[in-house]
This record gives sequence, C-alpha cells and structure tokens, in this order.
Amino acid sequence: MRLSCPHCGERDRREFTYKGACLTPPGGDWGAAWDAYLHLRENPAGETRDLWYHEPCGTWAAVTRDTVSHAVAGSVAARDAR
Amino acid sequence: MRYSGWRIIREALTGNRGWAPVWRDPEPKSAYDVVIIGGGGHGLATAYYLASVHGLRDVAVLEKGYLGGGSVGRNTTIVRANYYLPGNSEFYSHSLKLWEGLERELNYNVMHSQRGLINLFHSDGQRDAFARRGNAMVNQGDDAILLDREGVRELLPYLDFGQVRFPIRGGLYHPRGGTARHDAVAWGYARGADARGVDLIQNCEVTGIDVEGGGVTGVQTTRGPIRARKVGIVTAGRSGQVAAMAGLRLPIESHVLQAFVTEGLKPVIDHVVSFGMGHFYISQSDKGGLVFGGDLDFHASYAARGNLPMAEHVMEAAMTLMPVIGKARVLRSWGGIMDMTPDGSPIIDRTPVGGLYIDCGWCYGGFKAVPASGFAFAHLLAQDRPHPTAEAFRLDRFATGRGLMDEEGTGAQHNLH
Ligand SMILES: Cc1cc2nc3c(=O)[nH]c(=O)nc-3n(C[C@H](O)[C@H](O)[C@H](O)COP(=O)(O)OP(=O)(O)OC[C@H]3O[C@@H](n4cnc5c(N)ncnc54)[C@H](O)[C@@H]3O)c2cc1C
Ligand SMILES: [Zn+2]
Repeated sequence: MRLSCPHCGERDRREFTYKGACLTPPGGDWGAAWDAYLHLRENPAGETRDLWYHEPCGTWAAVTRDTVSHAVAGSVAARDAR
Repeated sequence: MRYSGWRIIREALTGNRGWAPVWRDPEPKSAYDVVIIGGGGHGLATAYYLASVHGLRDVAVLEKGYLGGGSVGRNTTIVRANYYLPGNSEFYSHSLKLWEGLERELNYNVMHSQRGLINLFHSDGQRDAFARRGNAMVNQGDDAILLDREGVRELLPYLDFGQVRFPIRGGLYHPRGGTARHDAVAWGYARGADARGVDLIQNCEVTGIDVEGGGVTGVQTTRGPIRARKVGIVTAGRSGQVAAMAGLRLPIESHVLQAFVTEGLKPVIDHVVSFGMGHFYISQSDKGGLVFGGDLDFHASYAARGNLPMAEHVMEAAMTLMPVIGKARVLRSWGGIMDMTPDGSPIIDRTPVGGLYIDCGWCYGGFKAVPASGFAFAHLLAQDRPHPTAEAFRLDRFATGRGLMDEEGTGAQHNLH
C-alpha cells in the first residue's frame, strides 16, 4: 500500500503514522458526542477516510482509501477535510 | 462416535472405512431459542456450553463461510495466562484451566501443548515490568518464573547472546503457556455442540437483524429469515458490520495482523519465545514449520492480508534475536481481521437492544480466550447476567471511563493498541 500526501504525492507507507478515522471533534464538555468521537467507529469494509501524519513534510493528511482492497484514492490536507 | 487409541488401531487395520462425518449439515429451521452469529472459535464454544452447561439445545450457529474459516484458523495458536490487570487476569486464568481439561471434555485431540512461554526482556525497566507481571500471575494462582540471562541461556541456547544493541537480560517464564492446534479447537467444539443437538449452519450469512419495540425477534440470512428469542453476535473482525444491522455503533476498529510459517524443519524451537524489543514471537508446529508473527500493520483493514513493511520488520526482529533460523525459507504468510477496542481488552455484554448480546473485541489475543469466552457468553445468554470471570468486559466502559483495562498502559485510544 502506497499512501498519498497532498504535498508530496504518492509515498511509501513507512513514511506515515496512522491516527484513525477522520472525524470532527465535537465542542463543549464531555458527553455522548465525545464518547462517539473518541471510541465509536463506522469501521467500514470499503471506502474510508482516515488521518495519517506524513513525517517528512509534517502534514496531517486525510487519505481516502479502501479497507478491503488497500487501494488509495487520494488525500487532502486534514484542515480541508471537514 | 468416540475417539480412542483402540479405535484408531482398528480403523488402521480395516482400511479406515469406519469413519463418518462428525457433524450434521442441517437445513435451518424457521425459529430457535438462541441464534449465534459467527462460527469461529468463540461462537462454537458458546454453542457448546449453552448445550452442555445450560441444557439449551434449541440453538443454531450461523456461519457465512465454513466453520473455522475466520481468525480461529489463522492465528499463531499461543495459549497463556499472563495478564496483569484485574478483570483480564482472572478471566485468562479461568481460560487456561478450561484448556487443561479440554481434550477430555471434548474427547478431541486439540494438541494442547504446554511447552512453556518465555517473554524476553532487554533493559532494567522491562525487567521491573515483567517482575510485577510475574507477581500478578502468581497472585492469581498461575505460574511465573523470572529468569536471569543464564537461566534463559539454559533454556534457549540458540539465541544470539553476543548481540549488544538489544542485549538479552532475562525472561519471564510461564511454564503452563504453550500452543494448541487451532482448527482442532473449532472442530472439537463443533462436534461437541452438534452431538448435543445444536444446528451448525454453514454458508449462511446474516444480512439483517430484526428488532421490534426495542427487542430482537430474529435475523435475516442468505438462507431465509430465522426467528429467535435471543441472538448473540460473535463475529470477531466483522463485529462492527453485524452490530450495525441492529443500529449499533461499536468501540471497534478492524485491523490486520499478519503471520508467517516456514518449511518444515527438525525440532529447534522447543518453547514459545517472544522478543521484547520490536514485536516478534515464535514457536514451532508439530509438523516442523516455524510459526511466527509481530505487530499489527497499524491501520484499519479488512483485506486479510498485510503489507511488506511489517513483514520486513518481523524478519529483522527474527534475525536480531535468533540468526540461527536465517536460512529457513518462508512458505506462506497471511493476515486476519482483528476487532480492536480502544483499551485492547474484550467485550462480553448485553447491548441496548433487548435479547441481543455481543462477544467481541478480542484484538490479537482471542485464541487463548476461546474456552472461557464461550463459557462466559453462554452463561450471559442463558442466565441474562454476566459470569463472574467476565464481569469486567463491559460495553459501556469507554463511555463511563470506569473499568478500562489497558494492559499496555498506552491509553485507551484506537490507534495505540
Ligand atoms: C495472524 C494472527 C495471529 C494470532 N495469534 C494469536 C495467538 O497467538 N494467540 C491468541 O490468543 N490469539 C491470536 N490471534 C487472535 C485470534 O485468532 C482471534 O482473536 C480469535 O480467533 C477471534 O475469535 P473467533 O475465533 O470467534 O473469530 P473468527 O474465527 O474470525 O470467527 C468469526 C466468524 O464470524 C463469521 N461471520 C462474520 N460475519 C458474519 C455474518 N454476517 N453472518 C454469519 N457469519 C459471519 C466469520 O465468517 C467467521 O467465521 C491471532 C489472530 C491472527 C489473525
Ligand atoms: Zn508530505
């Protein structure tokens, strides 16, 4: 699996660190929305969007990829993903 | 049909013509008391104990593929009771005791081999952590011996003791730890459940869960609808998708874990050995293949196959620890789908839907848990209250923050286990 970085293009998977599902943190105090954000997952078999840190350039990338085929469709900077 | 040494001799002398299929292949009935979704180790063990301990025989196990085709037949077969935290500790201790009586209980050779497990340590900090873990194991009533370097050398003379980057300082020895034949565990429970009247239905994928007025009424399958009073979800890596059929979202992310096996060799590795620097563990199967693995690939995946970077890491760790195996040829590698929870510990609980129960979150360590998980889940399904050995495995512990069991101490967060 080769991942893509919005700045550097397609790169070796070893340059990235995985964070997990690309979700928007809720505002406010602890409650059901925070539990959902931190713990509960769609966990799709198929297309997903997750956050990866590209170490060489320091970008947080939101990568769209397939969890069944490991095909990578592309990525955008995390700040543009919400 | 009972198995015995005598029976094997008689069959050998008469052309092995007396063996018959060991379980039926029934058509699904239109309704059951209890439907178990998933015919892996945990689902089959649950069905077995429902029938044998609780006398519930109107039970079906629905399996979308074939029995034992999931992770129960893909793992590296390590069986141990060396957990540290209350909750896990008593559960895995119970499981190992069930393992020790399993072959007699099932009249089936699961090739449980208590060859001893040695977790190596390489620094003072790791030694302290293993000393504490060993004490916790002894307090739980299990066995643990802290070995120094010479103690390790006596048991494992083939390790590279001259290696200075990650020097071997000692190991935590768990003599009752070992391995078992993974398929045989699935087959043994399947045979025992079938003999007690449980319907094992293969090629039957559950495609929907029927819920009315907040309670479960049955399931939709590729072989038609089946009504049920109670339904248990025991689908390991697929738990998220099956739970979604009842409108639930789980604290689970599915990851891939790889394993590797070499060509058959003469006996060289007598124990189960794990490396403490970089994840690597190894044992040798009775056929002679070296069976080994390492860490998760560390990203969500349902591919049941891994990537090369983790394969490379595992090979590097192997060569660092035991260059003696360097010329062995790897025959096969594969991956399995792991149901990872945020704290790395499992869930055996009711769900918010009446009559719907779930047993999941086994992460990369659910093979050793098969007997105790089946035992506890059957108890929960039959009695509607948790078994004392599995009370801590609550579904709501992430929402409440109470009772998290994070063995690694890294934090209850999805990408850290
Ligand atoms: C490479 C690897 C190494 C491992 N090593 C170890 C180890 O050394 N020690 C250890 O303790 N554990 C180990 N594990 C973990 C262990 O194998 C798993 O935790 C355990 O097998 C999971 O439980 P199970 O046996 O019930 O799962 P599975 O065998 O995966 O059973 C789940 C079943 O549910 C079925 N299913 C899914 N969806 C549906 C549906 N919609 N309808 C009907 N059926 C469905 C699947 O087909 C499958 O057969 C390892 C796992 C892997 C992959
Ligand atoms: Zn980059």
